[in-house]
Amino acid sequence: MTPKPLIQLSGVDKYYGDYHALRGIDLTINEGEFFSLLGPSGCGKTTLLRTIAGFEGVSGGTLMIDGKNMAGVSPNLRPTNMVFQSYAIFPHLSVAENVAFGLRKDPRSKEEKAKAVAEALEMVGLGGYGNRAAHALSGGQRQRVALARALILKPKVLLLDEPLSALDKKMRELMQVELIRLQRQVGITFILVTHDQEEALVMSDRIAVMFEGEIGQLDDPETLYRRPNSKRVAEFIGKMNFLDGTATAEGNRIAVDVAGLGKGDIAADQAPGGMPLGKVTVGIRPETLAIVFEGETTDRRICDAVVDEVVYYGDMTYYDVKVPGVDKPLTISMKNMIGRPVLDVGALTRVAWDERSLVVLAA
Amino acid sequence: MRGNGGGLRVYAVAYLIFLYAPIILLPIFAFNDATIIAFPLAGFTTHWFDELWTTKALHEAVKNSLMIAFATSVLATTLGLCAARAGAMADFPGKKGIIGFVMLPLVLPDIIVAVSLLIVLRQVLDLTLSNWTVIAAHVLLCTPFSIAILNGAFQNLDPSMEEAALDLGENRWSAFRLVTLPLVMPGIISSMLIAFTISLDEFIVAFFLTGSNPTMPVYIWGLLRFPASLPIIMALGTILVALSVVLLTIAEYFRRRGLKRAGLKDTGGFL
Repeated sequence: MTPKPLIQLSGVDKYYGDYHALRGIDLTINEGEFFSLLGPSGCGKTTLLRTIAGFEGVSGGTLMIDGKNMAGVSPNLRPTNMVFQSYAIFPHLSVAENVAFGLRKDPRSKEEKAKAVAEALEMVGLGGYGNRAAHALSGGQRQRVALARALILKPKVLLLDEPLSALDKKMRELMQVELIRLQRQVGITFILVTHDQEEALVMSDRIAVMFEGEIGQLDDPETLYRRPNSKRVAEFIGKMNFLDGTATAEGNRIAVDVAGLGKGDIAADQAPGGMPLGKVTVGIRPETLAIVFEGETTDRRICDAVVDEVVYYGDMTYYDVKVPGVDKPLTISMKNMIGRPVLDVGALTRVAWDERSLVVLAA
Repeated sequence: MRGNGGGLRVYAVAYLIFLYAPIILLPIFAFNDATIIAFPLAGFTTHWFDELWTTKALHEAVKNSLMIAFATSVLATTLGLCAARAGAMADFPGKKGIIGFVMLPLVLPDIIVAVSLLIVLRQVLDLTLSNWTVIAAHVLLCTPFSIAILNGAFQNLDPSMEEAALDLGENRWSAFRLVTLPLVMPGIISSMLIAFTISLDEFIVAFFLTGSNPTMPVYIWGLLRFPASLPIIMALGTILVALSVVLLTIAEYFRRRGLKRAGLKDTGGFL
């Protein structure tokens, strides 16, 4: 199935006075896709979402939804619906009245509308809640009402502005799974704005990472995690150790000399931002490094290390280790297993690494 | 608690007496069977209230005042609604300065406002003084109060509410009517009641700007020249105090109901 473009932005600029909030955004979002806009606060992700919804106009460039130019089209006439960060549930209406709000101009009969409302509430797991007062609902229930209220209109795109940030951790994890299920069920394009990288990784088909009004990287979650194209993307998503290195071309291969670890060969895809020669930054994820415990053997490259810090998480232990020749301690995550001790601070140990897990980035 | 706060309790009681003793005198002398306002009391009568019913000029003055107060409350609340909404939801250059200027009549001495308005209306615009000139002046005085009350209502309002209605297919006006208006309605009712009360007993500005037909406070002031009519004023005052208490109670009821409806915590009010 070839993806069908639904939303197309080309060269979209947005200014607030002198402040350049969106800087020439080019972006295509496909039909049926779960797409995330991820970035730190103030990166322009919410502005971009509100631009798609029609709450903000563009200062330059074009925005097309479903083949139509959206310039001058107000939010009520766009095939988009939004779940607001505060949910914006109307407190003076009942749950059913909230869900039915968008159906006011719908020509269907009262009974048919009531049935649609009941179905929408059923879909979000709030069957039988129709007569409740909206202001008496919990955070999670409010969000479900907001979802039902938007989805009952069968929009082409559902926009979600940090929908999970107001929920506690347990509820958040539950709603993540529910949102994925719901998106598969209705097949509508979801665009999620979040600052939570884990949330984006769990839920999305594709993620655009934004910094200062620009898209830093646009990829599927796995590529984004394994092959970040810049230091700031690598820093924003997951944990990453950064080491100094020197890259040299040796024939048609590239060799990188990593400070403290040694020399390794690099494949082209390990430098997603393009292969810089000379001084580079080398990234290594904590889980691609390993402590070699006493009695264990490995065929990977090995260097000596001293344990500097131990953080025990139950299923995992995070070690900060000092490796001679590396100025900052390296973070290593190890699964806790039967027969595998948790090392003490100051213990001498060995660290295994693999040249295939290195990511080479511009220094 | 016992033993402590004894001094404070005395202070509180003294304070309440200071506040309300003069007001309590109103009903006492309104029902007193004597033209002279002095103790000892002479006996119970409802004569002064009967007198109110038969004084034609007073009826005209009350009718004027009610009309002016109603028009003022509608106009001031409408202006206040626009200003409070702009203050809460819109961003424009010089917003703080403009809001500050709009609120200024709250602290301007009424006498200054009255004199300058008289000059503007008579000398500059050359208008005939009428109920409408009083209404215009009262709107000026009441709008800051309306804005202050409605600001509270809008501050409690999530700005995404109206956007959500827009997003669900309503246009700007219907979104405002269906969502914002019902949510700030308690504030609107409070604001109308307060503006009504302020306008009803406003004297200085009305004194300067009434035409041939005086408002009630101006009429009362006129009565003061005749000592014999003092008890009538007492009777009228009694009715006005009762009416003010009722109106303020209703205003407060709607304010609290509004908070409850929006599921918010009470952060102070009038009562």
